[in-house]
Amino acid sequence: MMKLVIINYGSGNLHSVHKSFETVNQSLGNPYEILVSSSANEISQSDKIVLPGVGAFGECKNALMSYDGLLTSLEDVVINKKIPFMGICVGMQLLADQSSEFEINEGLKWIPGEVVKLDSNKNFPIPHMGWNEIEFIDHPLFSDCSQKSDFYFVHSYYFKLQSKDNLLATTKYPNELTAAVIKDNIFGTQFHPEKSHSNGMKVIKNFLNWRP
Amino acid sequence: MLKKRIIPCLDVNNGRVVKGVNFINLIDAGDPVEQAIIYNEEGADELCFLDITASSDNRSTLFDVVKKTAENCFIPLTVGGGVRTLDDISTLLHSGADKISINTTAVDNRSFVSSAANKFGSSTIVIAVDAKKDKNNRWKVFTHGGRNETNIDAIDYCMEVAELGAGEILLTSMDKDGTKSGFDNELLNKITTKISIPVIASGGVGTLEHMYEGVVEGGASALLAASIFHFGEYRIQDVKRYLADKKIPVRI
Repeated sequence: MMKLVIINYGSGNLHSVHKSFETVNQSLGNPYEILVSSSANEISQSDKIVLPGVGAFGECKNALMSYDGLLTSLEDVVINKKIPFMGICVGMQLLADQSSEFEINEGLKWIPGEVVKLDSNKNFPIPHMGWNEIEFIDHPLFSDCSQKSDFYFVHSYYFKLQSKDNLLATTKYPNELTAAVIKDNIFGTQFHPEKSHSNGMKVIKNFLNWRP
Repeated sequence: MLKKRIIPCLDVNNGRVVKGVNFINLIDAGDPVEQAIIYNEEGADELCFLDITASSDNRSTLFDVVKKTAENCFIPLTVGGGVRTLDDISTLLHSGADKISINTTAVDNRSFVSSAANKFGSSTIVIAVDAKKDKNNRWKVFTHGGRNETNIDAIDYCMEVAELGAGEILLTSMDKDGTKSGFDNELLNKITTKISIPVIASGGVGTLEHMYEGVVEGGASALLAASIFHFGEYRIQDVKRYLADKKIPVRI
């Protein structure tokens, strides 16, 4: 049986992420054993990785670094062994070079770009919170999804990519923002698939089926 | 385009959904988990649980309700009622809540808002404000489920908690709650034009037109309602179709 590890580094919404992946996994006939873990050993033996994330960038980065060997095994399986990886919300933002949330914090530098604050505007409250439409580039990770379908977002910062090559989906609030990123085996979403009802379940299913 | 959210609110007392009129006279309205699953299937954009039991010995009932709901509903879940410490927030998040609504504790101790926002992220922290107009036509903040009057101006308070890191405001008009005469759009408008975080309108909705007015006149980002949904007067989709016809962006 294949192993999927949801990285547990103290992020608040693990329960929702775990439950949504379990539900989709069951609908596919349980191809994966799903583990919620912070163990470097489990990570190094996994076939797919999910990095959730809620809260501030710096806190998340520090939490990720506080587990012995976690980052080293994560980089080994994702960068060297190229196993499929999915980052959600701050878990996606962590892939950037750096973030300016509160103070400058370095990211994992897996995808070039930086995390910056959304432009403030009276008619567009921040956080960008709620259901918004996305437009995506044709890709197996958005298989069965319709263009302009709604996903749940909640964020005040966004991933400003250096290269369009890594842009997989966008949303508008009011300017165009990164909604999903891609680089080889690395996938990330600014929206929360685990909170996006049936559309989110499709993306989770596509990730479980994904063979980059 | 970002959609206006329709949020059914389930007031939970000792593990049952209840609904009161002007915060009193509670009527039983069913099992919270069953109701949550129905709303989830009908297209609710979020769910809100407010625990009005308030006595700490029954808290485990709430955790159980939240946990079971989170296992079945893959939409955001806001939970509040009796949240006093950072540990309370942590426990609710681990039970499956996505956002935590804080009321009395934020009024009593403003620094709790910033410490909660710093620890869990602004977007996790919803500040619930119960407001009522006084004889001088100023809105005052009430605490303890509407039982205690304070001398705090509701509009100033909303601006203050937004500055302290709240991610959203859940604004309940006590004058309107349970009356089915529409949201307090005057109050909503005064607040939504002054702060840059989303405001959820609550209290008073009785017709579909009230929903429309909450968005257009009040400037609300989200609309919360309880009794019109619980007693089946309107379904979630009735509200959404009505708003969509009037060119309000909603998720159908």
